[in-house]
Amino acid sequence: MCGATEGGLSLDGVNVAKEAIIQGQVLRDGEPVGNAYVRLLDRTGEFTAEVPTSASGHFRFFAGEGDWTLRTLAPKADPVDRAVRASVGSIAEVSIAV
Amino acid sequence: MSRENALVSTQWVEENLDTPGIVLVEVDEDTTAYDKGHIKGAIKLDWTTDLQDQVRRDFVSKEQFEALLSAKGVSNDDTVVLYGGNNNWFAAYAYWYFTLYGHADVKLMDGGRKKWELDSRELTDELPERAATSYTATEQDRSIRAFRDDAVAAIGVSNLIDVRSPDEYAGRLLAPAHLPQEQSQRAGHVPTSLNVPWSKNCNDDGTFKSDDDLKALYAEAGIDDSKDTIALCRIGERSSLTWFVLKELLGHQSVKNYDGSWTEYGSLVGVPIALGDEPGDA
Repeated sequence: MCGATEGGLSLDGVNVAKEAIIQGQVLRDGEPVGNAYVRLLDRTGEFTAEVPTSASGHFRFFAGEGDWTLRTLAPKADPVDRAVRASVGSIAEVSIAV
Repeated sequence: MSRENALVSTQWVEENLDTPGIVLVEVDEDTTAYDKGHIKGAIKLDWTTDLQDQVRRDFVSKEQFEALLSAKGVSNDDTVVLYGGNNNWFAAYAYWYFTLYGHADVKLMDGGRKKWELDSRELTDELPERAATSYTATEQDRSIRAFRDDAVAAIGVSNLIDVRSPDEYAGRLLAPAHLPQEQSQRAGHVPTSLNVPWSKNCNDDGTFKSDDDLKALYAEAGIDDSKDTIALCRIGERSSLTWFVLKELLGHQSVKNYDGSWTEYGSLVGVPIALGDEPGDA
């Protein structure tokens, strides 16, 4: 469907035009990591949300307009931080290597 | 109550997987998480069906709770050890719920499912078999549950701790950011409530911070120990975690969880609402 990541999580039933979506995939050596945790930190570094990755390593947040940080935790890996900008009506795609 | 009585580590759980009288219970926001894999022997409680009345917005009754735990094979003298995803949000909610209905020995696994997974400990899809019991609950302990009128009456009088993220508190988001933001109720917070996000209670791996760090957190936030406290969030699960910290870990005397939380308060007609990052005036 419109806006969904190839092979990613379904956006059925979500009004994408009203959401500032941040989504992506966690990879280790190019392979999906299905048991990672991705947390969304706001512009001050404060925790806002956290999701476990799907079996295919995918994650998604419904954020607000502005700058965010994704912090990824995975077994046997150091945390990885990635900056991302979200805006309403668009999807920010992030690929994260751990 | 204290940390020693209320919390167990993932290591302790692994060492006690086959200990009689200990029942592991998984409760997740994502109610399918258990089905994909759970700790050996753990039973599942579905917060949307097992713990919520299916007609009106309320908890299951004492009789329904008794029937649920009897069918799941939980006895009154069992040690119930709860764990779940989202840093134990819904496990803390279930802990509060078990306490509300008078279960004697209930504990949280520190760090929950995330810590267990990050430790690379084993999960199984094997379903446990437990013989049915005859479980007896007490009447709800209303000393730990706040209702909407309590929240309104607490404005400018008691400690109100809003544990949502700063953007939800300020009114910039309407829900935690792993959920779509299309909600009907108004944005903002209860005037005079202090914003202490639940996440400040925890380390990145989901375990609780030390008692000293937690005491410092609430002292710095401006909580008045001489006053009663009400914790709230959006639907009452994240605030259960903060209720657990204040009541069970730090031993505050009067702490209530407002399970109606913002989805109720933000829909009430005529109550005051504050917007922005400051608590606002009574």
